[in-house]
Amino acid sequence: MKTQFFKFIVPMMVLSLLVSCQDNAKENATVAENVQPEPVASVAEKSPIANATGYTIGDAAADINLKDVDGSMVSFNDYPEAKGFVVIFTCNTCPFAVASEDRIIALDQKYKSKGYPVIAINPNDPEVQPDDTYELMQAKARDKGFTFPYLYDASNTVYAKYGATKTPHVYLLQKEDGQNIVKYIGAIDDNVRNGDQVKEQFLANAIDQLLAGEEVSVKETKAIGCSVKQKKA
Amino acid sequence: MKVWYLICIAVFLNSCGNQGEQNASNSNIDEGELILTDADQSKEANRSEALPILDFTELEEKYLTPASSEKTYVLNFWATWCKPCVKELPYFERLRATYASQIEVVLVSLDFPENIDKQVVPFIAKHNLLSTIVLLDDPDANTWIPKVDKSWSGAIPATLIIKGDRKEFYEQSFTYTELEKEVQSIL
Repeated sequence: MKTQFFKFIVPMMVLSLLVSCQDNAKENATVAENVQPEPVASVAEKSPIANATGYTIGDAAADINLKDVDGSMVSFNDYPEAKGFVVIFTCNTCPFAVASEDRIIALDQKYKSKGYPVIAINPNDPEVQPDDTYELMQAKARDKGFTFPYLYDASNTVYAKYGATKTPHVYLLQKEDGQNIVKYIGAIDDNVRNGDQVKEQFLANAIDQLLAGEEVSVKETKAIGCSVKQKKA
Repeated sequence: MKVWYLICIAVFLNSCGNQGEQNASNSNIDEGELILTDADQSKEANRSEALPILDFTELEEKYLTPASSEKTYVLNFWATWCKPCVKELPYFERLRATYASQIEVVLVSLDFPENIDKQVVPFIAKHNLLSTIVLLDDPDANTWIPKVDKSWSGAIPATLIIKGDRKEFYEQSFTYTELEKEVQSIL
């Protein structure tokens, strides 16, 4: 009996282990190359309806209270001196977000002292996008030397409140009568892929106009980005 | 005897783990997974030689303003690094195979042009994609995104179905059933 166990049962076990291993390998081959395999749970984002919601120009944006990579909680009220905020939904690995990192740092360095600090928020659910855990956000902020808060949205709700659908996705707010009014929505500039070939600095132009007391002339722009990664509602 | 089996199992498990890691980090083609007919192989060879690179004007002329109102064009905007895009690519391939006489599926890659040789072409070969594939290289997205559809925020994946004057746009991921249903409603 004992001999039989080793002669037949154990080889069967080894065989089944090998088979399940191959299945794993196949799964790996069908997902994007530079990311870990995702759980089978659905990743799809149904957005046509979500697009209709969220903030539009002139809306008052709700305050936030989210955890920064240094562990502190950040809200707009922490910036009594600010004239407004450059809220940017961004993430760790989306190539368009990565290509924008240096530009976001430069914007913060230029406009924080003028009253418009950058507040970056990662809208992705790390259960759907494993590259966007809080720990990896900390590593990103440290490695890139982020000069601005990089906030983790544990509730997975802030992006929807704003209507952010992708990374990067910018919302420029200006303080007016105690409210944060949305003045510009969209792209950082007209070339998300290559900062050296930018012709129109949409976001910087909008902030400059606010600083000059003018109305923002280009209020909404579009750019290609990575869809926000959330579980299907 | 018992010990030998245990060692054997340990070795198998270990090699299995290594294989998984390799697959996760290595984007080379796994020849063992490709079972191609001669026709497919010749198409594969052609594909590797040239992936058409279009600006938006060229894409528009070729696929967004179709001369024939008989054929349905299904344009899917994707990229090799976009997980939800990659997940739904097999559904577009299946659509192409199922409705070959009525539909042209065009997979519009938004990968960065500098990654064509090392990332896009190997990806197409590895996944044996047989749909029409073009790479859209047009950095001024603020100008062309609204021309695809006014409602598009710019997030991918996104899909446009065109037949004659009819255009339906979807900023979402599809299951095969959902995709087929939308296509059938316009055929």
